[in-house]
Amino acid sequence: MQTHQYDVVIVGAGGAGMRAALESSTRVRTAVISKLYPTRSHTGAAQGGMCAALANVEEDNWEWHTFDTVKGGDYLVDQDAAEVMAKEAIDAVLDLEKMGLPFNRTPEGRIDQRRFGGHTRNHGEAAVRRSCYAADRTGHMILQTLYQQCVKNDVEFFNEFYVLDLLVDHDLAAGDVPAGEEVNVSGVVAYELATGEIHVFQAKAVVFATGGAGKIFKTTSNAHTLTGDGMALAYRRGIPLEDMEFFQFHPTGLAGLGILLSEAARGEGGILRNSEGERFMERYAPTIKDLAPRDIVARSMANEVREGRGAGPNKDYVLLDLTHLEPAHIDAKLPDITEFARTYLGIEPYTEPVPVYPTAHYAMGGIPTNIEGEVLRNADDVIKGLYAAGEVACVSVHGSNRLGTNSLLDINVFGKRAGRSAAAYAATASFVELPESPATTVEAELETIRTRPDGERVADIRRALQETMDANAQVFRTAESLTQALEDLKALRKRYEAVSVQDKTRTFNTDLLEAVELGFLLDIAETVVVGALNREESRGGHFREDFPQRDDARFMQHTMAYRRPLATGAVTVGDDDGAFSRAEEFDGYQLVLGAKPVTVTRYQPMERKY
Amino acid sequence: MTATLDAPAPEAGAVPSFQVTLKIRRFLPSDDAIPTFGEPFEAEPRWDEFTVDVHGTDRVLDALHKIKWEQDGSLTFRRSCAHGICGSDAMRINGRNRLACKTLLKDLDPSKPIVVEPIKGLPVVKDLVVDMEPFFASYREIMPFLITTGTEPTKERLQSPKQRERFDDTTKCILCAACTSSCPVFWTDGQYFGPAAIVNAHRFIFDSRDEGGTQRLEILNDKEGVWRCRTTFNCTEACPRGIEVTKAIQEVKRAMITRAF
Repeated sequence: MQTHQYDVVIVGAGGAGMRAALESSTRVRTAVISKLYPTRSHTGAAQGGMCAALANVEEDNWEWHTFDTVKGGDYLVDQDAAEVMAKEAIDAVLDLEKMGLPFNRTPEGRIDQRRFGGHTRNHGEAAVRRSCYAADRTGHMILQTLYQQCVKNDVEFFNEFYVLDLLVDHDLAAGDVPAGEEVNVSGVVAYELATGEIHVFQAKAVVFATGGAGKIFKTTSNAHTLTGDGMALAYRRGIPLEDMEFFQFHPTGLAGLGILLSEAARGEGGILRNSEGERFMERYAPTIKDLAPRDIVARSMANEVREGRGAGPNKDYVLLDLTHLEPAHIDAKLPDITEFARTYLGIEPYTEPVPVYPTAHYAMGGIPTNIEGEVLRNADDVIKGLYAAGEVACVSVHGSNRLGTNSLLDINVFGKRAGRSAAAYAATASFVELPESPATTVEAELETIRTRPDGERVADIRRALQETMDANAQVFRTAESLTQALEDLKALRKRYEAVSVQDKTRTFNTDLLEAVELGFLLDIAETVVVGALNREESRGGHFREDFPQRDDARFMQHTMAYRRPLATGAVTVGDDDGAFSRAEEFDGYQLVLGAKPVTVTRYQPMERKY
Repeated sequence: MTATLDAPAPEAGAVPSFQVTLKIRRFLPSDDAIPTFGEPFEAEPRWDEFTVDVHGTDRVLDALHKIKWEQDGSLTFRRSCAHGICGSDAMRINGRNRLACKTLLKDLDPSKPIVVEPIKGLPVVKDLVVDMEPFFASYREIMPFLITTGTEPTKERLQSPKQRERFDDTTKCILCAACTSSCPVFWTDGQYFGPAAIVNAHRFIFDSRDEGGTQRLEILNDKEGVWRCRTTFNCTEACPRGIEVTKAIQEVKRAMITRAF
């Protein structure tokens, strides 16, 4: 075991982590711990763009962007956070340009902008050109540019190190700490993949930027490595997870594969058609049609398939039609995604429509933070020294449905804020003492799995998890389907207790790490399902067929999911009428729900029509 | 309500299921001795063969996963995004450097075992995993970041679409090392910067906003720099992003001659 000491430790080296590192490393001694080489992070898979009201090509302003974000999130957005994001978007884009990001340009040499789902002029009048982009590789360019700046600034990385525990001076999962009492972070425990060695990092401040958890679903645009590690580590330590039931299904995944085809395809003029060739979005969103927000488009597509208007031999997908666009235009603006269609489905998008179906894409929920990136341990109190940003966090700018491009924006705006806050805190704080044997939990877990002679296979449990989530907790949900998912999850958790691996070595043991990641996935899935079961309404990405209306009176609050010992009573912070007072027992602990109020500044909830 | 997930994807890719055999180079270092698990492991590489059933749209990565998940959990390789954008899974497949997640099995000859090896020229850590550190060290040496002088403009720096187009090709690099590890010069001389580092230098040398071209050209004028390139075009063939790597190297060479130091 090795021990390290840094002022700030950032966990994760995608967009949010590296943006935080650029702020923090110039101010205090900073380490970035990442389970991948930074340039492998999934920020690189983002395609379409990053919105900011630069008004380079038409009139626009950040207030319209704020409104679109709030409405897009079906009013579950914290409006103070959305304002910060839309305002700071402009500098965030300009910062990236100054770092060297090769944006597409207008004839005048300015940053070019294009249309994107849910982004409108003057509160919904018509689609607006707000997305700044670099072909359909915007995320790739952001990831590369941020890594380039990290190289320039000599940021210290620990690559292929898996953080497996968060060290906090109160174990909240063991019971509630009275409101107001101080809870402090002291560091993290990591596993070095190359050698199998354990490393303890003592830190004054820790920033979680570990990304999403798409692998709880079978059909997903997410990388194999997106297993919700940071969210699960926080949850295991009793830190709540917020709004986990809201998962975004991106409309245009390659059918059967889930590989993402950017919304930019529709921003550039692509049209969705059913088996009859009908542009069906005209019926669901008459004003902005194919550029409606993702939850609406995904649901409309699923509905077309359900009503028998799906295309293909099994009538189980719809078609993304780009054939009316000039091949030169496609090559200039959508080169990567058209190559995906050619490579993986053998489809030529110049002449044939591309089979698409919704794919699990983005967790709107995550570790609750305030606009400074500080992590909350209930509706009010922060954990001192702990920060989160990006998909792992819930600030909440996305509410119940994220608008396209707002994730690349989120990582830049709130990654920067979290890095700055963490550095400022670390500059004056002192180290909190580490627990007596900080690595015990991690070592025990790893050794138990590694030395178990024979048991359940990781892949079998994971497949069963992903299948029940796809079947029961996807675009359409009911009490019945979610109850089935919950039962399945409980049974899978039992099986997980007997999980074993075949690789018993210390060197680069990915078999062992996949087993650990499966544990994270099971944790995340239960917060999604219990939150979804409790939320008896339909809002944004969460659609309950048995409760198809939005219910502001009961549910215009954030869900908070806490892991607590079996003995504790309900945690009902900020919940007035008991709509969030559910507790679900698992083997050895319970998942207790609570609520957190939504911050409303200037926009009262309205019916959401496009 | 979900799509039919287990069905092979749409008619366009309607190749029936079939069987493939993979012949995979295996290696575990001898210092991986765990007292509780008996004798130290062998340090000699070996070949293992596995046969799996696959679908028409499956890629080499899917076959590797099937092996790892159903037959031999100790088979070790890197992967992440699984659609050719993260650059984790470059490997030698039937003697050519490719990304496992972009190589469809149906496009390979199924009558013979598909030979899978780690990329060459970098130390093997385990099975298909190599030590990428020397590769990234070369990348870092060419100063892969925008260099400017003077005060920053308040808004964006202007760049015409034509100027932007000039270096578009080399911005696509995902640092997978397929090019560098396909280069015969790199195989015999690990000190050579290699195509990927030069591609990333090109990306800045030809960016109208950058002012560090001269410094980068000086670095690449070194004896381990661009002049070692023998234009065998292996790198261009290997690039999973379709970058014209050899052309980029030639352009850097030309810039060295035409731009005054």
